[in-house]
Amino acid sequence: MDPLSASGILAQFLLRFLPVWVALALTFGLSIPFKRRLGLYGKLFDSPVGMIGFFLVMFWVYTAIFAATIVTHDPLDQIARLKNAWPGAVVPSGQKGYPWYIFGGDSLARDVFSRMVKGAQLVLVIAPAATAVAYTVGIMLGLPAGYYGGRADAVLTFLANLVLAFPVILLFYLLVTPAIRQTGLPMWFAGLMFLIPIAFVVVLINSRFHTQPPKRNLYAGVALVIGLWLYSGAAFDADPLGIVSLDANKLNIFVAVVFVNSPTVFRIVRGLTLDIKSRDYVAAAQTRGEGPWYIMMWEILPNARGPLIVDFCLRIGYTTILLGTLGFFGLGFSPESPDWGSTINAGRKLLSIYPYPAFVPALALMSLVLGLNLLADGLREESLRD
Amino acid sequence: MLKFLVRRLALMLLTALCLTFVVFVLTNLHPNLVKLAKTQASARMSDEQVVNWLQLNGYSDPILVRYGEWLGVVPGWTGTNPETGKPMGRCVNPNAPTAPAPRYCGVVQGDWGTSTVFKQPVSQVVGVRLAATGWLMLWVLIVMIPTSLVIGILAGMREGSRLDRVLSTVSIASTATPEYVSGVVLIVLFGSTVMGFTPLFKHWGLLHEGTLLKGSAASALDGLTFDNFALPVATIALYGIGYIARMTRASMTEVMTAQYIRTARLKGVSFAQVVMRHALRNALIAPFTVIMLQIPWLLNGVVITETLFNYKGFGWALVSAAEGNDIELLLGCSVVAVVIVLLTQLISDIGYVYLNPRIRLS
Repeated sequence: MDPLSASGILAQFLLRFLPVWVALALTFGLSIPFKRRLGLYGKLFDSPVGMIGFFLVMFWVYTAIFAATIVTHDPLDQIARLKNAWPGAVVPSGQKGYPWYIFGGDSLARDVFSRMVKGAQLVLVIAPAATAVAYTVGIMLGLPAGYYGGRADAVLTFLANLVLAFPVILLFYLLVTPAIRQTGLPMWFAGLMFLIPIAFVVVLINSRFHTQPPKRNLYAGVALVIGLWLYSGAAFDADPLGIVSLDANKLNIFVAVVFVNSPTVFRIVRGLTLDIKSRDYVAAAQTRGEGPWYIMMWEILPNARGPLIVDFCLRIGYTTILLGTLGFFGLGFSPESPDWGSTINAGRKLLSIYPYPAFVPALALMSLVLGLNLLADGLREESLRD
Repeated sequence: MLKFLVRRLALMLLTALCLTFVVFVLTNLHPNLVKLAKTQASARMSDEQVVNWLQLNGYSDPILVRYGEWLGVVPGWTGTNPETGKPMGRCVNPNAPTAPAPRYCGVVQGDWGTSTVFKQPVSQVVGVRLAATGWLMLWVLIVMIPTSLVIGILAGMREGSRLDRVLSTVSIASTATPEYVSGVVLIVLFGSTVMGFTPLFKHWGLLHEGTLLKGSAASALDGLTFDNFALPVATIALYGIGYIARMTRASMTEVMTAQYIRTARLKGVSFAQVVMRHALRNALIAPFTVIMLQIPWLLNGVVITETLFNYKGFGWALVSAAEGNDIELLLGCSVVAVVIVLLTQLISDIGYVYLNPRIRLS
């Protein structure tokens, strides 16, 4: 069998991503006819920039979902003859499975294409989840800080500025180390941090339904059961059902990324709260005798959603960059991990002779972050229009 | 004004104190100290020997006392070397142990300690490395500021035009590309022997040996040339350009809708004149703040870029210090970093007031 030519590589690449193309076609085909009825999501399809962004993001989301069928080889399998192989290299006869290394092999003779696909899975699980947790932390601290003001606000603002004054990389070098994991610090930190999303949901439900105890008890109970189940798995790796689990390395990365992101979210939420709390509808709610948490969660927060949604998209992109930075400095992720930052780091040593192992994940990371940025830009444009 | 400055400086001092304390605690966690002992003395020490070594070198005192020693408000530790019988201590010169030593030696006395990785005084390491990074930053700013302002102004002067769309997308793409990605792409395009422009230029006979630009900036420490410095500068500048250009564009579009611009246009002033004379001056207030606040962000880019291009500057020193758990060098580096962050914030606040007289400091 011959090595693939440039067009052959492209054809095989497109073919491997077939499930993704089908899913993308379905998403766009179903969304565009109904875009008038889909709220902000539907409006996205009015802006070309937003559509391109959404396309790129969904491409990677579907890649992560269908990763198991897209990969051509196990991301850890080594075929010695294909060390630093050129894209389209033929797998030697006698080896079962897919006949080519579509994007060549890396310095340990692993398939660059499969590692890129598996890396997408890793990034797309950690980045949105870490951003979401950072958001709940930022909201739970930022709302009261902006609403009440006073000494607690001053202390929280000082702490947020303190974290932001750290150079991010120094913080990572201090927080994501085997030494820290030995002390058990990340686990306790996570134990504290992951309580906040649960508290967020419970407060959200309680402030709305506390006048109807049966309803409140039902909703809050369901939220608590699900929340504590996820909590036991995520923070202490002790999920009774064994579905949710985060190993010590990933937990450490997760905690560090949330820690870096939440002060910025805090500042944004606090600023928005300061602005919104002087509005008439807040005064009206206060006159009605609503509790402070009801006002914060059900009056202020929904009215701050525009800038927050836009920032959420941007922040997932930023978190992706941070995860890449961690990988680039060889922090946290295990050496054979297929995440994009680590593969760029591994490939950069031989960059001028064998560019592909670093080039492919670099382009992947760039396209995902670009997609998120374009999506955020489209959302901003469309939400400003009305 | 004076009150404002004093308050800001006090806040800066408090932040630096808290920050260095956090760094101090995290670098002095027991596993980190064990690692330090093993790299400094011998990798095959037993647990007992490690404890002994730490005790002998003053690492076993309570953390607050040792932080005080570093600050120079607590007397430095002293002891005797069991092998030579000569005095040892924080303030004792290891090359002349019997010479009289001061009681206090810390930051307050101007002594930043000794780097365990470079075996040199911290102030010297930081000074040399900062100077190297200074050159990098200087060229980054020279490239970045004019480029981003021109892109922002061109995009913002006619909102919604095709030029605006193209330039806005370009600036979004540049902010979406972290340094370790753009650095890799740039090296592949310009510094690779097998891919990008170098093989092409060789094919055309324009280039005979080597690569178009160098993928490593290690030689730039001996002498800056275009081919060893262009890629690192471009890598850092690219990330910043997009952000500053977008802010400039936003500011420019806002100014272009103002009443006085319409008045000027209706009086018959040409479009170019309106942009140059009336709009530009008012549109440049916001980018000034953004550029100042962008400098601390560039610091991160500097660390990544210096690692990628092997340029031995401040970022490289920070990474070496962090990898070797070099406590005093890390503290020195974090003080430098926090001063840069807070100083640029202060300058941007003050500059904003000067540029925009409607705002008062209070």
